[in-house]
Amino acid sequence: MHVKLNVNGHDLNCDLDPRTTLLDALREHLGLTGSKKGCDQGQCGACTVFVNGRRINSCLTLAVMHEGDAVVTIEGLGAPGMLHPMQAAFIEHDAFQCGYCTPGQICSAVALTDEAAAGVPSHVTADLCAPMALTATEIRERMSGNICRCAAYPNIVAAIREVAGGKA
Amino acid sequence: MKPFTYERVATPGEALAAMDRNPGARFIAGGTNLLDLMKLEIEAPAHLIDVNGIGLDSIEATAEGGLRIGALVRNTDLAAHPKVREEYGVLSRAIVAGASAQLRNKATTAGNLLQRTRCPYFYNTDMPCNKRRPGSGCAAISGISHNHAILGASGACIATNPSDMAVALRALDATVETLTPDGAKRSIPVADFHRLPGDTPELETALAPGALITSVTLPQPRGGVHIYRKVRDRASYAFANVAVALIATVEAGRVIVDRLAFGGLAHKPWRVEAAEEVFAAGGDAKTDPIADLVLAGATPTEHNAYKLPLVRRTLAATLGDARKGGMS
Repeated sequence: MHVKLNVNGHDLNCDLDPRTTLLDALREHLGLTGSKKGCDQGQCGACTVFVNGRRINSCLTLAVMHEGDAVVTIEGLGAPGMLHPMQAAFIEHDAFQCGYCTPGQICSAVALTDEAAAGVPSHVTADLCAPMALTATEIRERMSGNICRCAAYPNIVAAIREVAGGKA
Repeated sequence: MKPFTYERVATPGEALAAMDRNPGARFIAGGTNLLDLMKLEIEAPAHLIDVNGIGLDSIEATAEGGLRIGALVRNTDLAAHPKVREEYGVLSRAIVAGASAQLRNKATTAGNLLQRTRCPYFYNTDMPCNKRRPGSGCAAISGISHNHAILGASGACIATNPSDMAVALRALDATVETLTPDGAKRSIPVADFHRLPGDTPELETALAPGALITSVTLPQPRGGVHIYRKVRDRASYAFANVAVALIATVEAGRVIVDRLAFGGLAHKPWRVEAAEEVFAAGGDAKTDPIADLVLAGATPTEHNAYKLPLVRRTLAATLGDARKGGMS
């Protein structure tokens, strides 16, 4: 089945079995191996990408469901020599060990600042109707869909706090 | 995953027509639960009808002073909607207590209502399960039943409904608006939407085969303090062991329960009207008498009897939160 995706700013055409997940389309058909397959069931977050500006698990959606959608992967956020500030902060804070979960962690980290600014509450938000400050507690909760088996969590939080500016 | 054919539709009418042409097909929206089950071949539809393009993705005021939530409104957008945050706080709280941000960005209102149990024996295709293969037996009853039902269960199934959102909708007396296969509108109170397992645990909802959920309607806001307290095996991103949805008013330090519903205890959201009625009649009750009403008829297993004291303690903590007028 034919599907046209806009990936990292480029229109790309694929012919795919309808069973192909967005993650497999990115990795196996488009050669974008930055997004990782961890659990393949939406539990680990290693496959996190942006679709039309929002973070989702690319393993739990079919590529054919994204005709015309704008997909941004870790490769589209930044590249060597022109890193996204969040990528630079992860390096600065040593926010990974093996690195397998890192692309998903960084995509989620970039997304959560937008979500908080848009008024999306989290489980730990004290006041649903007040502006949401990105405290360490908020960051940890909003990152709970991204598992790091190396447990680099303290440094991940530090990297995000530097970029998100939440010093509370 | 079993092979399937796929089509996109542009209107609710097209969705129903596509279903009529393809009996046994499935509508797909967020897909976060359906695709998970298809990978395991627990669900194996021969045809998928993608309804993401049919509209039904807005939240509007109703003439009655409530809200109409389109079936395709994403969980994130529902939790973040200013009216919902201000006037239906228990719903915002319940939604963000469930899943992860990535899943909530994709999952829809209707899909959340239709999600299947996370009973590990339902997920394990090597094991018997009356819900997955009617008549095969229930492996959970004699198995590890740590997070199974203690209320409303049957000899055929002790699975729980995993939704947090549905517990809040039950407390709020929401109505599920549907289109039947012949295109007629049918409203189903959320109280009647989810079924107890009985002898037919494979029948989980009152939705007619081939019917389409179009929206969920909330009545006028009830005011009061809104709390959703969820206890789970870890601090985030896990299903409830016990969850409490409470709407209450507080007068001179006394908590007057208006609405009380529980998650994690049964095959459906567990509203406890008997407790609400005590307060509606002008009476008062402390935690333990209320908990006695919640737990009436409970049938715990060896592994989940811990939920009996946990219900009491979670209820006590929730009433304490209400007394302080705050969230949990």
